[in-house]
Amino acid sequence: MAILTTRALKKHYGRIIAVDGVDMETRDGELLAVLGPSGSGKTTLMRLVAGLEEPSAGELFIDGRSIVGVPPRSRNIAMVFQNYALYPNMTVRDNILFPLRARKMPPDEQRRQLDWVAGILEITDLLDRRPTRLSGGQSQRVALARAMVRTPDLFLFDEPLSSLDAQIRSQARGELRELHDRTGITTLYVTHDQTEALGLADRIMVMEKGTVHQIGTPQQLYYDPADTFVAGFIGDPPMNLLPLDGRIIGVRPEHFHLAAEAPGEEIALELDIEVEHLEFLGAEWLIYGVVRRGVTEQRRPPRVIGRLRQAAVPTLSTGETHHFVVTRRDACFFDPETGQRLSQAKVAVA
Amino acid sequence: MNAGPTGSDRAAPTRPDGALARLALALERPRVLGALMLAPAVLYVVAFVAVPFFIAIALSMSDATVGDPQIDTFVGLDNFIAVVSQSGFRLALRNSLLITTLTVLILLVLATTAVELLARDFRGKRLVQVLFMIPWAMPVSLSAITWLWVLDSQYSPIDWVLVQIGLLGPGGTFGPSWNLFYLGREGLAIASIVLVDVWRTLPLATIIVLAGRLSIPRERLEQAQLDGAGFFRILFRIIIPALAPVLTVAILFTALLVIGEMSTIALLTRGGPGHSTQILPFWAYLKGINSGDLGQGAAIALFLFPVLLAAAIVALRFAYRAGRD
Repeated sequence: MAILTTRALKKHYGRIIAVDGVDMETRDGELLAVLGPSGSGKTTLMRLVAGLEEPSAGELFIDGRSIVGVPPRSRNIAMVFQNYALYPNMTVRDNILFPLRARKMPPDEQRRQLDWVAGILEITDLLDRRPTRLSGGQSQRVALARAMVRTPDLFLFDEPLSSLDAQIRSQARGELRELHDRTGITTLYVTHDQTEALGLADRIMVMEKGTVHQIGTPQQLYYDPADTFVAGFIGDPPMNLLPLDGRIIGVRPEHFHLAAEAPGEEIALELDIEVEHLEFLGAEWLIYGVVRRGVTEQRRPPRVIGRLRQAAVPTLSTGETHHFVVTRRDACFFDPETGQRLSQAKVAVA
Repeated sequence: MNAGPTGSDRAAPTRPDGALARLALALERPRVLGALMLAPAVLYVVAFVAVPFFIAIALSMSDATVGDPQIDTFVGLDNFIAVVSQSGFRLALRNSLLITTLTVLILLVLATTAVELLARDFRGKRLVQVLFMIPWAMPVSLSAITWLWVLDSQYSPIDWVLVQIGLLGPGGTFGPSWNLFYLGREGLAIASIVLVDVWRTLPLATIIVLAGRLSIPRERLEQAQLDGAGFFRILFRIIIPALAPVLTVAILFTALLVIGEMSTIALLTRGGPGHSTQILPFWAYLKGINSGDLGQGAAIALFLFPVLLAAAIVALRFAYRAGRD
């Protein structure tokens, strides 16, 4: 268990800047997801923490001790790579024992650790197999076992679920969370999949172009995005961003109400939307529309996506224009120049 | 066929007219194209590998000489028996195996070391790569002249250095003489030949091994680092096991190259002093061409063939299996 801190951490390769001044701190024992589109610097950040890259500038601390310049083998950080990087020339047992042998742990202690970790991950019957004879899910468990067996200070996961089939991915996600709760080891979890981050993490750090946009709980990110990037990145479909009186108003798709069904609250936005297309998603409908009136006039009328949480066929149909409202409580306001949030936070800081 | 111009235009796609169009159509069939593409390689192998090989077998079982090169009298295994019973044979066989084994062993160590260097990024890597390849690109005769000077009995620069630091000359560790006579003493001559063979084949061995080294995923090596392994643990437990298939191929290629190589000997020692550095290929050349006994020369040259063939098959099988795992 440990706290990881970075201070003005920078990494550039020639003129390409991968990580551009990251200041962050994990909490002890938390699972922190690092979320961002590809090229956002999240993997570089993880490699810096692991010691596989040296920072160009800035500091890295574990429990207050600087780890810059400490070789990876001395950092006691375990990493699970995207492709698991199992050693193909060794059995599963030798794979798991490798970090213990490298640390010259006494054999009886090695055996105890192996039994413990194999029991937790339910891979006892795989120990004599070769990695080539393992399924994707089994490989992942073995990689986790190898990472866990030496009880590291810090876990680093680099998109560990992306090479699994879609069917077992959600199951693996649940197992990963359970494993984290059992071990309580501080974990950095790099992913570009927001479903994974929202469903798995205690907190999420959103990165783009090497900088951190926001660190917060999944709820904070969803309801209180710090800027327009986070607003437009989190959520599927993401927040609608519309110009209104010199500001940008952000509205989640589910927060558009038909005027007739509007709740009796202060209204922040009234607008006419022409329905272009309806999409049935089982428990809900998505409405794709064009704003005809209600926001600041633009050369091209902005498009919006609304969400109706009902299975029944909605009363609106394609081509009709309807009047929608958004309450003051649901709306977020952003500065159009900087993209920064203007209004107050809605979710209490955890 | 339609007489009208528009009519014939429409019929064109169904049936090609003209020799060129028919040829193009034939070439689109994989079988025809495949046979055509393979033909040069097959022709080459037949003309320059298969035919000489079978002529050599025929020669080895005939009484052909340079004066009477007709393969007309079948003498069975007489040539082989005659060759084996000669005193030079055992020496040549021993030297061939000794030089090849020593060369390959040293090559393995040096190639693996060189590959570890070349797999890393450092300033001036390109230059090192070019320098590394020079022995391979250099003509044998040119490099032999250089080596003849380096190993010269009177003007060897190695001797000069040894004398300067006091190891050679009266009172020195290596004896009272001012020279070591590298090519004039059996042990040193064989060592010198091994040295030159290693120098010449190292680029090939390194390139083969480097290809295998670069195909090891970087994550696997980084994982080992994070798992706490040091340089030697990573080398012996991760890298060398992963290199097993290419190392086998490298051993096979360099061993076949060195065991069949006679130019080094021909240019450095000519098998001497006496027969002490004689090897099978050069002896075959001396017997078959210089002495004119084509039958015995062919018999010597063919002597190692079954052994080498068996070794090659075993090695390639192993490499294939290890590569699949």
